[in-house]
Amino acid sequence: MNVKLIFSIAKSLLLARWKQTLVAAIGVTFSITMFITLLSFMTGLNDLLDGLILNRTPHIRLYNEIKPNVNQPLNLATNTEYQHNFISSIKSGNSRQEIYNYAAITEVLKKDERVLGYSPKIIAQVFFNDGAIDITGIVNGINIEDESKLFHFNEYITAGNASDVEKLSNSIVLGKGLADKLLVNIGDVIQLTTSKGERFPLKVVGYFQSGLQEFDKTQSYASIATVQKLLGKPSNYVTDLQVKLKDIKAAPAVTKEYARLFNTDAEDIQTANSQFETGTFVRTLISYAVGITLLVVAGFGIYNILNMMIYEKMDTIAILKATGFAGKDVKRIFIVIALSIGFFGGMAGLLFGFGLSSIIDQIPFNTAALPTIKTYPINYNPMFYLIGSVFSLITTYFAGWFPACKASKIDPVIIIRGK
Amino acid sequence: MSEIILEAKNICKDFHDPVTIRVLNNINFSINKGDFVSITGKSGCGKSTLLYILSTMDTDYEGELLIDNVSMNEKKEAQLAKVRNEKIGFVFQFHYLLNEFSVLRNVMLPGLKLGKYSEKEVEARAMDKLKMLDIGHLAQKSVNQISGGEKQRVAIARALINDPHIIMGDEPTGNLDKKNSEIVFDIFKKLAEEFNQTLLIVTHDQNFADRTHRTIEMEDGRILNSKANAFNS
Repeated sequence: MNVKLIFSIAKSLLLARWKQTLVAAIGVTFSITMFITLLSFMTGLNDLLDGLILNRTPHIRLYNEIKPNVNQPLNLATNTEYQHNFISSIKSGNSRQEIYNYAAITEVLKKDERVLGYSPKIIAQVFFNDGAIDITGIVNGINIEDESKLFHFNEYITAGNASDVEKLSNSIVLGKGLADKLLVNIGDVIQLTTSKGERFPLKVVGYFQSGLQEFDKTQSYASIATVQKLLGKPSNYVTDLQVKLKDIKAAPAVTKEYARLFNTDAEDIQTANSQFETGTFVRTLISYAVGITLLVVAGFGIYNILNMMIYEKMDTIAILKATGFAGKDVKRIFIVIALSIGFFGGMAGLLFGFGLSSIIDQIPFNTAALPTIKTYPINYNPMFYLIGSVFSLITTYFAGWFPACKASKIDPVIIIRGK
Repeated sequence: MSEIILEAKNICKDFHDPVTIRVLNNINFSINKGDFVSITGKSGCGKSTLLYILSTMDTDYEGELLIDNVSMNEKKEAQLAKVRNEKIGFVFQFHYLLNEFSVLRNVMLPGLKLGKYSEKEVEARAMDKLKMLDIGHLAQKSVNQISGGEKQRVAIARALINDPHIIMGDEPTGNLDKKNSEIVFDIFKKLAEEFNQTLLIVTHDQNFADRTHRTIEMEDGRILNSKANAFNS
C-alpha cells in the first residue's frame, strides 16, 4: 500500500540532505569498487598461479610404479591361517614400466563420456653431454597435438616451433634453463646418453619456459617416436597415460575405477596437488573477508548518517505520525532511504569496480617466470558483481533497520509538545 | 439532539516521572457534530494533555474515549494512525509543515496517505482547500518562502484535506500576531458555521475562547465549568 507515496517521501528526505546522502553513497560505492576489484584481481592471480601447475597436470595419470611384487612367492607357498611371514630386504622386481594393453585402454578412454581427452607420454631419464660434464635430465616423449590441446603445451614454447618436434625426426625442445646450461641455440645438435648407455644426437628446435625454474632446468620434450627410439622400445611402448576429464571434481572417483579396471597405478590431480586447492581457498577467503569488512564499514557510515537524519527530522516524523502515518510507514520510509543509498551506491560501485579492474588488466606485467602473461590477470566473473550488489543491499538494509526502528518509535506528542 | 462526534468518559492520566502526579481527573464531556468548542485554562492545568489523549496520539490513560461512537481503547498503533488520518485534522501552535515539500504537496500528504482518491483528485481537492483559505496563489511555493500567518493557514488546509470529523487545534493562534490570529479565527468560525465543521481548540486566549460556541474551562486536571457562549459576531 502507498508504495509510491513512501518512495516520494523518501526521495524528498534524501534530496533535502543530498550532501550527506552523497557521502553515504560514496562510502558504499568505494567499498563495492574495492570488493569487485580485489576479488577480480585476486582470483585472476589465483587462476594464473593454479594454471601454472593445474593446466599442465593431467586429471588422472595412469602408470606403473616400480615396486616390489605384493604377491611374494613365500606367501603364495605357505599361505595358512596360523602363519605370518616377515620378509626383510625385498627388492623391486624387474617389472615392466610400460602400460599393459595400451591400445585396449585407449579404446575404453575414447568411449568414456566423462573423458575430455588423453595424451600418452614416455618419461626417459637421460644424461645431456656437455663436453666433459654430464647433466642429468628427463626427456618426455609426447604427442604434441594432444599435449597442446589438453595441457596448453604450445603456450610455453618461447622460441622455435613446437610442431617441428613432430615433423623432424630426432629433434627436441629444451627447457630454457637446460638450454642455458648446455649453451645451445636453436638449430644446434646436442648429444645425450640414455640410461642404457647409448649415445644419441638430437637437434634443438625450440625452448620452452614453464614458469617453474627448477622444472625448466631438467625437462625436455621430444616426440613419442623419438623417445621410443632412444630407449630401443617398440611403438606400443608408453609409460604414462594422461587423462583430462570434463569435470575435475570427478577425478578421485574415476581414478579408483580406472586403477581397478586397468590393473595399473593411477593418481588423481587432487591427491597430487592438494596444496594448490588450499592456497586458492585461503586467498579467496581473504579477499572476501576484506571486501565484506569494507562493506560493513560503509554500513556503519550509513547507520550514522541515518541516525543524524532522524534527529534532524524529528519534527517531520512527528507530524507524519500525527497526520496518520503509522510507525511501520515511517520505518518503511527510512528503510527505503537506506536501500536507495545502497542501491545507487552499489550500482556505481559495480561500474567503478569494472572500470578499475579493466585498468589493472591493461597494466603491463612482465616476468621471466611467466612468459605468456603480458598484463596483470583479472577474472571478470559475473558472480562477483552479483555478490557485490546483493551484499550492498543487505548491509544497507541492516544499517537502515535500527535507525528506522528508532524513527518508528518516536512519540509525536513529546516532539510536538516540546516546542 | 445531534449526533455525538467525540465523547470522553472518566478520563484520568498520571505522570509518573519523577513522582506520580494526577494531571487529569475524571474528565467527562462530549462534542456534537458542528460544535465549535474551546478549552481554556491556565498553563499546566492539563488542557494540552487532554487534547493529545483525545487526538489518540497519547494512549497512556485510564477511562474511555469514543470517536464516532467507536471506542479507541482497544485499537492498535496502526489503527489509531488510520483514525487520525481519516477522522481528525490537526492544527498546532507551530505550523509543522515539511520543508522538503511544496505548499501544495504538504496539504496533499495526508490525502495521499488515505488513498481514497487518486493523486490527481487529491491535488484538485488540495487546491480547493487552499483557494477557500485565500492562499491558492502560494500552492507551488516552498514552505520557507511564505509568512508565519500563511503557514498556519496552509496547516489548516492540510487538516481539512480528508474532510475530518473533527479539527483539533493546540493554541493555533499562539504564535501569531493579532491580525493573523483574527484571520485564523475567522477561518475557524467560517468552517463551523458555513461548513458545519466540528472544531475543538485549546487556547489560553480568552478573547478567542469567548467567541467560540462553547468553552470548557479547566483547572488542576478537572473541568471547572462548561458554558455555552452568547452568540456574537
